[in-house]
Amino acid sequence: MDTLDTNNWLLTALVFAPLAGALLMVLIPEKEEEAQKQWAIFTSLVTLGLGVWLLFDFDYDQAGALQYFVDKDWIEVIGAGYTMGVDGMSLPLIALTVFVMPLVFIYSWNHIPNPGNAKAFLMLMLILETGMIGTFVAQDLILFFVFFEIVLLPMFFMIAVWGGEDRRYASLKFFLYTLFGSALMLLSFLALFFLTTDPATGEHTFNMLVLSENAGDGIVRSTQLLIFGGMFVGFGVKVPMFPFHTWLPDAHTQAPTQGSVILAAVLLKLGAYGFIRIAIPMLPEAAEAWAPWIGLLAVIGIIYGALGCLAQTDMKRLIAFSSVAHMGFVMLGISTLTDFGINAAIYGMVAHGLITGMLFFVAGAVKERYHTLEIDRLGGMLLQAPKLGWILGFTVMASLGLPGLAGFWGEFPAILSAYNPAAGLAEETFRGYMVVAAIGTVLAAGYLLWLLQRTAMGEPSEEFANDPEITDVTVIEWIAWTPFLVLILVFGIAPGLIFDITDPAVVESLRGCLETGCEAARTAAEAAGG
Amino acid sequence: MSVSATLATLAPFVAEGPSEISSVTRDANWFLTNAWIIPLIPAISFFIILFFGKRLPKKGAEVGIAAVGLAFILAIATGVSWMDHRDNFDGELSESPSVIAHGDDAHDESHADASDGEEPDTHEAAAHAEEGDSEEAHPYVAVQNSVPWFQSGGIEFSAGVLVDGLSVMMLFVVTLISLLVHVYSTDYVGGDRRYTHYFAFLSLFTASMLFFVLSDNILQMIVGWELVGVCSFALIGHWWEEKPNSDAALKAFLTNRVGDIGLLIGMITLFFAAGGGQTFDTLAINNAINQGGVSHTALVVAAACLMAAVASKSGQFVLHTWLPDAMAGPTPVSALIHAATMVVAGIFMVARLYPVFFEGMSIGGSSINLLSTIGAVTLVFAGLLAFVQTDIKKVLAYSTVSQLGYMAMALGVGAWGAAVFHLFTHAFFKANLFLGSGSVAHAVHSFDMKKDMGGMKKFMPNTYKTFIIGAVALAGVFPLAGFWSKDEILVGTGGWGFFGGTGGNGAYTFHLAMGMIGAALTAAYMTRCIYLTFHGEYRGNDHHDDHAHADDAHDADGAAAPAHAGESHDPHESGPRILWPLYILSGFSLVIGFVNLPPGFFESSKVLSFLPDGWEERFLHFVEPGGASYFPGIGHGTPSWSLAVVSSLIAFGGAGLAYRYYFVKVDGLAKATGQHLTEMPNGPVTTNKWARAGHTVLVEKYYLDHLYTGIIAGATKGPIARAVNWVNQNIIDGAVNTAGETAVMIGKGVYSKIDQGVIEGVVNGSGRISDATGEELRHINSGKVQNYAAIMFAGAALLAGAFIIILAL
Repeated sequence: MDTLDTNNWLLTALVFAPLAGALLMVLIPEKEEEAQKQWAIFTSLVTLGLGVWLLFDFDYDQAGALQYFVDKDWIEVIGAGYTMGVDGMSLPLIALTVFVMPLVFIYSWNHIPNPGNAKAFLMLMLILETGMIGTFVAQDLILFFVFFEIVLLPMFFMIAVWGGEDRRYASLKFFLYTLFGSALMLLSFLALFFLTTDPATGEHTFNMLVLSENAGDGIVRSTQLLIFGGMFVGFGVKVPMFPFHTWLPDAHTQAPTQGSVILAAVLLKLGAYGFIRIAIPMLPEAAEAWAPWIGLLAVIGIIYGALGCLAQTDMKRLIAFSSVAHMGFVMLGISTLTDFGINAAIYGMVAHGLITGMLFFVAGAVKERYHTLEIDRLGGMLLQAPKLGWILGFTVMASLGLPGLAGFWGEFPAILSAYNPAAGLAEETFRGYMVVAAIGTVLAAGYLLWLLQRTAMGEPSEEFANDPEITDVTVIEWIAWTPFLVLILVFGIAPGLIFDITDPAVVESLRGCLETGCEAARTAAEAAGG
Repeated sequence: MSVSATLATLAPFVAEGPSEISSVTRDANWFLTNAWIIPLIPAISFFIILFFGKRLPKKGAEVGIAAVGLAFILAIATGVSWMDHRDNFDGELSESPSVIAHGDDAHDESHADASDGEEPDTHEAAAHAEEGDSEEAHPYVAVQNSVPWFQSGGIEFSAGVLVDGLSVMMLFVVTLISLLVHVYSTDYVGGDRRYTHYFAFLSLFTASMLFFVLSDNILQMIVGWELVGVCSFALIGHWWEEKPNSDAALKAFLTNRVGDIGLLIGMITLFFAAGGGQTFDTLAINNAINQGGVSHTALVVAAACLMAAVASKSGQFVLHTWLPDAMAGPTPVSALIHAATMVVAGIFMVARLYPVFFEGMSIGGSSINLLSTIGAVTLVFAGLLAFVQTDIKKVLAYSTVSQLGYMAMALGVGAWGAAVFHLFTHAFFKANLFLGSGSVAHAVHSFDMKKDMGGMKKFMPNTYKTFIIGAVALAGVFPLAGFWSKDEILVGTGGWGFFGGTGGNGAYTFHLAMGMIGAALTAAYMTRCIYLTFHGEYRGNDHHDDHAHADDAHDADGAAAPAHAGESHDPHESGPRILWPLYILSGFSLVIGFVNLPPGFFESSKVLSFLPDGWEERFLHFVEPGGASYFPGIGHGTPSWSLAVVSSLIAFGGAGLAYRYYFVKVDGLAKATGQHLTEMPNGPVTTNKWARAGHTVLVEKYYLDHLYTGIIAGATKGPIARAVNWVNQNIIDGAVNTAGETAVMIGKGVYSKIDQGVIEGVVNGSGRISDATGEELRHINSGKVQNYAAIMFAGAALLAGAFIIILAL
């Protein structure tokens, strides 16, 4: 794979700008909350600026190549390198991250959750941003792992300190569950390290580029399957895939609004990104063997998540559960191992990030106004806070995959790709998944519209009918939300904005054995060699 | 196409093999290549009304009317351009992407053909050349114009507009009826609290529908299909304060989603099986199927799946149940969306992708298939349901379902032109009837014919006249619009085998019979409806003061100022903004049938034989893509006088029976006793137990709602969802917690001496968290923020250290 290394300081700046901001925040006296907020917004805007620069400077004609490529020695003793790069697969996710964070900071202007302490809260979110961007640019397994884990701690504290009533249980569950997955993932990384050698140097390597190039060559099939299994659990927990999803509703429900938005918008994408960046290209043969199982868990997740949603009585928990279903579509796309499917998965990740992030904002606004999220007690929001109600309606429509809004382009192409999975995968199985996933879209419409009906339509309940606290959308909320709403619409109308970027990179990552089926590729190779 | 009378009688079955060249061009006048502007105008209007509507003097209505009016003018210009283009096209044909190769050399051949510069369609030209017409017949060439949309899998996909007879016909219908409905609404929903929002959604709907009919690929069709659905949802639920309204909206959306499973899978199947996984282009898919390169099994699957979508969108059995409930929306919306335009989207889709159904359902030459049978069953079963409705809009709703059944049946028997023509005429007279019912409801503040109407003829003479015209047109009485289109459908069944052959694509005798029964039912239920609404004595005043229902309905329709409520007064005729749309629509209902006179009509009518044959079948000539590469070679039935006479007699028979019952018996008894009667007190339903059982089945709507809402939806969101949640909490999460607790046990046992604080805090967390940890966290909260970062980085450092140690091993 070609790499381009012009301007490669940009990634380092992008990754560490928020961290630098967090460190400098220490200097701001604790009392001066306003200055802290301004500083946080400023830092995230600088990061956004760097991200926009990246978007404009990126060479879209070579979106399949890693750009801004840095490859420096880091921890020589273990062969870990400071390797970073961006291609069409990671660019949309980086853009999503740098775009969402300033809006979350703006929202925090007058929404620092109890028990206050803005400084710590903002610092944590800045550190989180570094971790998230770092994960998307890392091209070395150890570097990737470090960023992947850096994300954990701030989120743990955000839930544990600023969360809801059951925050301790939720935060520790989140932390331990993900750590458990990470442990297996790390084992897999190590196994890859020891079983692969860089043909250029003859040494073991963590370089993701080399490992992808090698594509599992020289590793016995059964070992490949085990290594993939380790990654499967590690990434699967993070996604989260059924049945590793139970940390998610608790974490989401207990997290403060900002935490929920970041969790939904970016954190859940790390796992799926791991699949398409690491697991599949590095071990295509194992991916082919695992794909039907990934697909199966994905479609179970779609149906199961949707049914779970129907049973929820808490608005925020319902939205949290819907992530299980939505990420099911993402994983279904990935499991087909086709360019269509993986493009759809990336689109689905961005769309889900915007849409579910927005839904959590609305949930936060409801909690703030009604002091409850119990669906049965709500109602008539369209009368009391009409704009908020319409925003909910719009976002719900986007979430159920309405064409013309972003959600559709993650959902429909994923279903489509299952009709024709990669060579070597059983068509019948995946077409079965296709039908189940299509049924899932009905259930999605069911729980989302039912939510809309019960919370926004009808007359307000007596309890809240004359509550002066129930006001419509505030200026700060408009500033933070409008970009979400606009992008949901824009990405719905112009899918090329993302597909055109991801496609070359996805095609690149699937070349070789996945195009023809591993069996066929091996036969061809043997014929050529012999 | 203009088939001469002689030709038609001599050759009852004119098989028109699709030519192999691509029937597409970009070489056309401005209106045809820039038709994308038409949906764009109302789309822009939507945003203007949404953001600025409330600040405008007419609250946004003026923007909507201007936008739709402009779209209407453009649609007319496009239509006129199309007629010219249809008759005189001799420009350049486009090549790909409309024809794709399927492992054979079809593409190259067609390419060669197209670039020969010769008349590409000589066979077709010969088949359609009019006798005595010196002009050369021109091929049917659609105009397509597209731009890149996105790429995936290295393939560029485009978005574009496809303009041919079918789409310009739809442009005309949609923009005209939308315009009339806009004008009507300014009076009808005047003063509504969400007036601006209402007009915004009318604009959005118009834009979506126009976008849908102009789509040049199936992906765009899906988009348009769903967008009209969401507008329908928003407008059905316009008065969402009342739960029945939002329930109806949800039901409409969810039922359509069920059909959409079929839509998605069907379109995906077409994309891979006929589009080669390379293109969504509608015409390319149609071409590929016509060339015979597509697996029959795939087409069967695709057609069957799409059938589900048609059933939900176009109200076919058994997914029609949402449509009558959709009457909860404002009446003009029912006229526009749930009668004239959106509900025909399914019919339109079948017409657009006709090769899929023609091959997949084996329409040519067979005598029964899924599409025709569902249509036939729908038309009769829905017609029966119209008899037990007391709500005037529900009568019309079931009538719409029934008429959509006619259209589906016509497509199923291969009478493409008849189906599309019926779609066209139905739009006018059904919109006429709905708006007429709205005019009445506006006056009496209710839709209940039995309780609040009766005798409206004397209060609303103009509404009455237009309603009668609409009803007569619907009943299919010569020479109004419905007669011609319904007759064509009956001809198209080709099943008149007993009384002399007709022709067509098969002998669909069963469907002919169902069509005849439907004709009788239609005439009968409309007679009943007219009696209950307009004749007899006015029943509204009796209970207007004390009867809550009437006021509910009035509120629900938001139709009139509250000052009216409670007063006991006679209803009065509606204003001009309501009446003029009615006049215009009833005018169309009177004459629009003449645009497609059957071939040979002038000749065989003797009286009119001096008129040129070229005036016959004009609609078909301009709309049906006969001979085009993207259209299957279908045959046309030969019209027969005997069939027209018999079907008319049957319709009159149905009307006569209903007339005898209502106008003679019920009315007579009512006058004799001085009571307000709407049914005979000793009618068969009260005396005969079988009749009573049948009546109950109809009143319960064949129990389908019980099945859907009660059993399927109820079980899913009740016990099934709760069971899943229980499994989630107790089994899956239970396992996680048990694992955590086990770890705690092991942890305590083995490491009890080692650093209690850390281990216990962390491990316990999986199950129950020790207070100590909580205290620690509170400690952090309570102010020592400087420690905070330190703790965090210590954590990170620990973690990093752990990796390095592990790795060093």
